[in-house]
Amino acid sequence: MSNSPLTPGIASGRLPAEEYDRNFLDHLPALDVHEARVAADRCYFCHDAPCMTACPTSIDIPLFIRQIATGTAEAAAKTIWSQNILGGICARVCPTETLCEGVCVREVAEGKPVEIGRLQRFATDFAMPKGHPFQRATPTGRRVAVVGAGPAGLACAHRLAMLGHDVVVFERRPRPGGLNEYGIASYKSTGGFAQAEVDWLLQIGGIELRNGVELGRDITLAELRQSYDAVFLGIGLQGVNLLSAGGEDLEGVSNAVDFIADLRQANDLSTLPVGRDVVVIGGGMTAVDAAVQSRLLGAENVTIVYRRVQAKMAASEHEQDHATSKGVRIIHNAAPLRVIGETRAEAVEFAYTEDGPDGLRLLPETFTLKADQVLRAIGQRLTGLPDGVTAKGGKIDTAPAQVWAGGDCAAGGEDLTVTAVAEGRDAALSIHRQLSGL
Amino acid sequence: MADLSTNFLGIRSPNPFWLASAPPTDKEYNVERAFEAGWGGVVWKTLGADGPPVVNVNGPRYGAVWGADRRLLGLNNIELITDRPLQVNLDEIKSVRRRWRDRALIISLMVPCDEESWKDILKKIEDTEADGVELNFGCPHGMAERGMGSAVGQVPDYIEMVTRWVKQHSRMPCIVKLTPNITDIRLPAEAAKRGGADAVSLINTVNSITSVNLDTFSPEPMIDGKGSHGGYCGPAVKPIALNMVAEIARSRETAGLPISGIGGVTTWRDAAEFIALGCGTVQACTVAMTYGFKVVQELISGLSEYLDEKGMTLDELRGRAVPNVTDWQYLNLNYVAKAHINQEDCIKCGRCYAACEDTSHQAIAMGPGRVFTVKDDECVACNLCVNVCPVENCITMEPMAKGSVDPRTGLVVGDYANWTTHPNNPSSRPAAE
Repeated sequence: MSNSPLTPGIASGRLPAEEYDRNFLDHLPALDVHEARVAADRCYFCHDAPCMTACPTSIDIPLFIRQIATGTAEAAAKTIWSQNILGGICARVCPTETLCEGVCVREVAEGKPVEIGRLQRFATDFAMPKGHPFQRATPTGRRVAVVGAGPAGLACAHRLAMLGHDVVVFERRPRPGGLNEYGIASYKSTGGFAQAEVDWLLQIGGIELRNGVELGRDITLAELRQSYDAVFLGIGLQGVNLLSAGGEDLEGVSNAVDFIADLRQANDLSTLPVGRDVVVIGGGMTAVDAAVQSRLLGAENVTIVYRRVQAKMAASEHEQDHATSKGVRIIHNAAPLRVIGETRAEAVEFAYTEDGPDGLRLLPETFTLKADQVLRAIGQRLTGLPDGVTAKGGKIDTAPAQVWAGGDCAAGGEDLTVTAVAEGRDAALSIHRQLSGL
Repeated sequence: MADLSTNFLGIRSPNPFWLASAPPTDKEYNVERAFEAGWGGVVWKTLGADGPPVVNVNGPRYGAVWGADRRLLGLNNIELITDRPLQVNLDEIKSVRRRWRDRALIISLMVPCDEESWKDILKKIEDTEADGVELNFGCPHGMAERGMGSAVGQVPDYIEMVTRWVKQHSRMPCIVKLTPNITDIRLPAEAAKRGGADAVSLINTVNSITSVNLDTFSPEPMIDGKGSHGGYCGPAVKPIALNMVAEIARSRETAGLPISGIGGVTTWRDAAEFIALGCGTVQACTVAMTYGFKVVQELISGLSEYLDEKGMTLDELRGRAVPNVTDWQYLNLNYVAKAHINQEDCIKCGRCYAACEDTSHQAIAMGPGRVFTVKDDECVACNLCVNVCPVENCITMEPMAKGSVDPRTGLVVGDYANWTTHPNNPSSRPAAE
């Protein structure tokens, strides 16, 4: 180890080797059998359960928890997967504190919800090694193209395959999984889980995966519409919003999503460079993931700066607490004016802001944060729309006949993995109805 | 702190909490520890006739039923009476007696059903200076197959006969322990009284199979692939025990017969309930087998605190609930209550709704925002919603005032009236004109 957290600039190997392993362990370890029983016993099996309503994929949570409590975790997993085929990763990355667990009646009553996310992980982890739980229906001879092997595309492809259709999935990146593989924090999906889940999902059969094929570059929507009975677009948000502050082109300024993707794909974390003073600009989960992981890679000072009030941060309170517990400082009500530096970033100047009825207002007072690395995390946007598809409010609005869309690129719901799964699944059902003339 | 000292048949103990005849009272080591922990008395685990000791199985003796978080709700056993040599037990009882003069020390006995056997064992225990004997007519497994235990307890004539022998050959107070594996508990109690018993204790364990192993298809506890019914005890049997105690306490034939209450006593509250139904002492076992002897400290502090709060002595508590145990036919049919859901306490789980809508009277409405309210015009006050609600006292049963109109029946809530005079009762006699 030649470097330390105090090494100036952007440097790799700031920590001893074993510290990387420790830092990037599963942040919420799996429940063992006994812990799962104890946790499951707390569920009241509510009528028309609020948790189920809060789940974008409407998993029958009371039922699967009762199945765990009665020692049938495989049945529990099947209950989960029948609604959400990516229940394994969702159990790890869902902001359960704002979804199912946030409305759990025991959260309301005691401030301590049933640990639904961890129980879901328990069931799916238990059953995944036992093979794929579903069988394909009789092949229909219909062919569907799915663009994007992220959560929406995979969920759509799986449900279509299950219903007997043949599916070809086109993915621009070298590996499938989308944000599950490239986007979320490393400590939420350890041990190559995202890839293992995709492999397991594909065991349904009838899905052909073509990696490294990009819509608009290698194939066109017109071609797909010609060759397939239906097309599903799950292309996500590929563009990253810029800060519109000066100095963004300085060395050391980059996209948080790229930083996270590099980290997820790295074989050796000690080779990953990170700044001594990292400033992350944004207020969502990407900002938190990037900031926390910067700290875990050995950055000395990491600050998240968000332009509005804390209550408006997209990252949940739980996520914010996680960040601060890892030594990340969060500043609210400050907007970047410019990145300062000669050729490379040295600092960022911010103006304080005030969130008023007329929108955000910059105040005259400013401050400067030392920064050798600046990560942009103020949101992604829809880019690379194929011909014939229109957008409205940053989401796909209209598409030609026989073309469906879902996931972050489509309107409806929050930009969450679980929402993408729900939309992919529902699009598959809609495609099926149409193809079957139902 | 309320005085818990107890005098039961002249046997004094610092509190009414005795350990029942069972594995925890099988030897000096355990009994010493129990007394050190504060138990008021013990009934020494059943001694048998002199001779080759009883043998036990060498596999599992206990089976169990659990509630949430693996809380032990019921325990079942197939252990027999003591399997230690008689003399060892007698020596140890004597030794304990010498050190613990202020505690109750009772010896449980079970020998073959002939006078000589009883005469012999009574003579052998004479110089232990124990306070009394308890006749084990209750154990439902193993010994019953040999004509002892519940095989005696199920035949009132035998109970009377053996009790008479015991009273004839011993001056010790005699407690007859009853089996619940019988249709009417009053008959064996009456028989014991006729035989001269000073008291009865109940209940012994209930015939049971706790579960069936779905891999080996054998009942639990399983011995080499086979299982036999065992005796069930623990919190799950308390309601059965309370009813049987009450039956004896309120029966004209047995009223006033001292009772030592047994059956699932787990907290001070359980003990207080047995005492309120007329028990002079209570015996516990499963609670100690689950948590160790120290648990008696909660029984002592809890009962004291309760008596202090009520401003009541132990004697004033004893039997206080007996007059309120009655037959169904005397219940007031003009007592009308309605469930009421306290919205402040409601956590909106909807269990009351599911229970009422699916299995009862469709008397709970589910409104927007998961607000659950009772429909008074449908509610029969069955209490199921109260029972399934996870929040204690969130749903209450509110009696309607006399003179008000029950919106379900349209009838005015009237004075006390029961089934014996109800017009629908073919046996009811109209009031004299």
